[in-house]
Amino acid sequence: MISSLNNISSRSKGDFLLSWSVRLLALMAGGLLLLVVSFLIHESWPALRDIGLARFFHDPDWSPIDESYRLTAMIWGTLLATAGAILLSAPLGILSAIFCHFYAPPLLSRGYRRMVELLAGIPSVVFGFWGLVVLVPIIGRWHPPGTSLLAGILILTLMIIPTIMLVAHASIAHVPIAYIHSASALGFSRGSLIWHVVIPTTKVGLFTGILLGLARALGETMAVLMVCGNVVQTPSHLFDPIRTLTANIALEMSYALADHRAALFVSGLLLMGLVVLIVSLAEGLRHRNFHVPAK
Amino acid sequence: MSRQNRYLQESGTTAIIWIAATLVAVPFFCLMGDLLWNGLNHLSFSFVFSAPQNAGREGGIGPILISTLFILGVCMGVALPMGLGTALFLAEYTRHDHVPGRLIRGSLDVLAGVPSIVFGLFGNALFCQTFGLGFSILSGGLTLACMVLPILIRTVEESFRAISNEQRLSAAALGLSKPTTIRTILFPAAMPGLLVGVILGLGRAIAETAALIFTSGYVDRMPESLMDSGRSLAVHIYDLAMNVAGGNPHAYATALILVSLLFIINFSSSRMAARWMSFNQLPA
Amino acid sequence: MDVVQSTPRIIPDPEERSGLRAWLPYPSTEPCSDPVPHIRAKNLSIAYQGHQALRNVTLEIHRGCITALVGPSGCGKTSFLTSLNRLTDLIPGCQVSGNLHMHELDVLAPTTDVLQLRRTVGMIFQKPTVFPFSIRKNLELPLREHGTYDRTLLASAMEKVLQQVGLWDEVKDRLDHPAQALSGGQQQRLCLARALVLAPDVLLLDEPCSALDPLSSGIVEDLIVTLRGYVTVIIVTHNLAQARRIGDHIAFFWSCDGVGQLIEYDTAQAIFETPAHELTAAYISGARG
Repeated sequence: MISSLNNISSRSKGDFLLSWSVRLLALMAGGLLLLVVSFLIHESWPALRDIGLARFFHDPDWSPIDESYRLTAMIWGTLLATAGAILLSAPLGILSAIFCHFYAPPLLSRGYRRMVELLAGIPSVVFGFWGLVVLVPIIGRWHPPGTSLLAGILILTLMIIPTIMLVAHASIAHVPIAYIHSASALGFSRGSLIWHVVIPTTKVGLFTGILLGLARALGETMAVLMVCGNVVQTPSHLFDPIRTLTANIALEMSYALADHRAALFVSGLLLMGLVVLIVSLAEGLRHRNFHVPAK
Repeated sequence: MSRQNRYLQESGTTAIIWIAATLVAVPFFCLMGDLLWNGLNHLSFSFVFSAPQNAGREGGIGPILISTLFILGVCMGVALPMGLGTALFLAEYTRHDHVPGRLIRGSLDVLAGVPSIVFGLFGNALFCQTFGLGFSILSGGLTLACMVLPILIRTVEESFRAISNEQRLSAAALGLSKPTTIRTILFPAAMPGLLVGVILGLGRAIAETAALIFTSGYVDRMPESLMDSGRSLAVHIYDLAMNVAGGNPHAYATALILVSLLFIINFSSSRMAARWMSFNQLPA
Repeated sequence: MDVVQSTPRIIPDPEERSGLRAWLPYPSTEPCSDPVPHIRAKNLSIAYQGHQALRNVTLEIHRGCITALVGPSGCGKTSFLTSLNRLTDLIPGCQVSGNLHMHELDVLAPTTDVLQLRRTVGMIFQKPTVFPFSIRKNLELPLREHGTYDRTLLASAMEKVLQQVGLWDEVKDRLDHPAQALSGGQQQRLCLARALVLAPDVLLLDEPCSALDPLSSGIVEDLIVTLRGYVTVIIVTHNLAQARRIGDHIAFFWSCDGVGQLIEYDTAQAIFETPAHELTAAYISGARG
């Protein structure tokens, strides 16, 4: 790749101007993350100072009016909804990617992939809305009130299947065709080809997809806000309404003041830390995955 | 393994995979069918252009479309020059494996993963409060600009990198200066990629709700300036569904419009991406 | 045996010559007759990321000659070529040391105006590298960049170079069509025209025929021959027969322990008939490399 430094005479005025403005813009874009993080820390500092981290876990409950800031129920809500969604969507996403590559006839495969891409493009608020008017009443008929952990899990599942499926699809497409040919030449059936050749060679890619789905589920706000009921409680079964960290922020941000507002920023910071960790892990894996030369 | 066992196992696998694929497809078609069925019932010319009345139960979404457009305009007006400049820097002014490029790219990768609600918090703190812009279209647009910047930069950078080095070398061999090379050769060649990036960014911005609720706000009047609060399409759906009893019919219609817009956006970007690929693979 | 003379060539007729003379910077002289060398390299070494690619090349290239650089792959021929117009600056981690002069100009000096240098030293690459726009714009862009904006001048320059490379009749009706729609050979000739439109003193050619079919390759080769006496041509080629057909001088490079070196530099006749070095003799007889 061609680099800058004195590669073409930089004495021209235009080049000087362009190179410095480009540098400035890049610096601004690169500094944005720092700005976001520092603002979150700055805004949550009052809470970290006055309330202290421990009280987010040891206060009696979440009730900002009484200066009680227990986040545990929301953390459980977030974790359970995410875990449930991953448990459902990981197998569904991976299996449907395999379906696309090895089982569906070509025309169906193309259509199916296009469908998943469309699914990926549906905004979360529409998922939430549909969940609220269609899914929640169905669950409610079975086990009122309907807005529940289960509804959240199902909607999140639907939302992250495309992420997992598309990443899995791309990494299966990267499996060297020679592997598949030689496995077929050894008389492998389609099933054992998938279990013993395709999945082992793509496992890093599949895992990356799951991580990205996980990050999306953790950070998702609108859909869970709309279908989960938003009751602050640690759920004891699937039909209990829950409130996630993200929904908590969205619900209370508009009127929160002082320590309450800072406490919301703390939960934002927490969320961001978690998601950043997962995304960096996924990026690291992705790089490893695509830079390993086929042996 | 006996032949019969093997046959059973094989057909078992096949069945499981077909079932999984169906399980994914069914909710999709339910969702789309439901949206179409209920949305089309309420969709009309006047719905698109008239103002909402009675908290959105009646009337239309005219001002909301305008607000959405303004928010997107602010977003792209800021994100595009920044994204283009940064992508140029990453692709043409620094080496791929050198520290500044890696730092910027890494921080953008992380930024791309930050949940939208966190962008909302950040935008509220920085634009609404620190900059004193309040709940306004400007605040919302700027917040979205921060959100779409990573995806925009990545696409544009990729499209610069997709240009073969021979083009740069032969431009240099003709004594073309770097700004000329960028302006006349690299920029036109990267243009389709740039468009794809803009469209992807628009798609992400138009679908966004959480980052806008407390930056651009809820007001559903026709905005008079960028300093007015304005409600985007996505926020409108949320508000109708959650806060307005009897708002569902119009929420359906708005959702149908939003989803159709997004489908158009995704379709055109994938078409353009495909054309761009074939363009770059033209035999030299 | 004198193969050079026996190969048929397109020799421009007198009228074409006068047109050429008006365009190209130097009058046609008897090639290689100028006693002052045009390009002087002394102890020129090139390294990539600390790894030496070419060591201590010393040679003098004469005005109007066609100098062919031959030798196996990876022996530094292309590196040498790219150092002549400082395209090496664009390659990360590439270091050039030693002396390189073009007339009075110190090519490697940091103060040298690289853009001006590259204007006077044209270069053609192995694969045709037309820009993805129209034929007209491909030719006008370099002229505009170097300060020619007058439309009639641009048009006449374009017509002249296109005639020079024999493309005029083929493309005169579709100057505004995309250049990438041309065939490979036509594209390479367009690249040649694009380099010539700047009226360079020196033309560097990096295996200009190797990506072309035999017919186009022949046309391009004949074109290069027409430049003899007008432009100092330095051509890298793997094709020994081609070097023999068109080269006035031959520089033979060989890679010793992974480092390229100039083994022998002499007139084509001397190299092919009485090589001084045993490696040269072995290489031209096909025994090695």
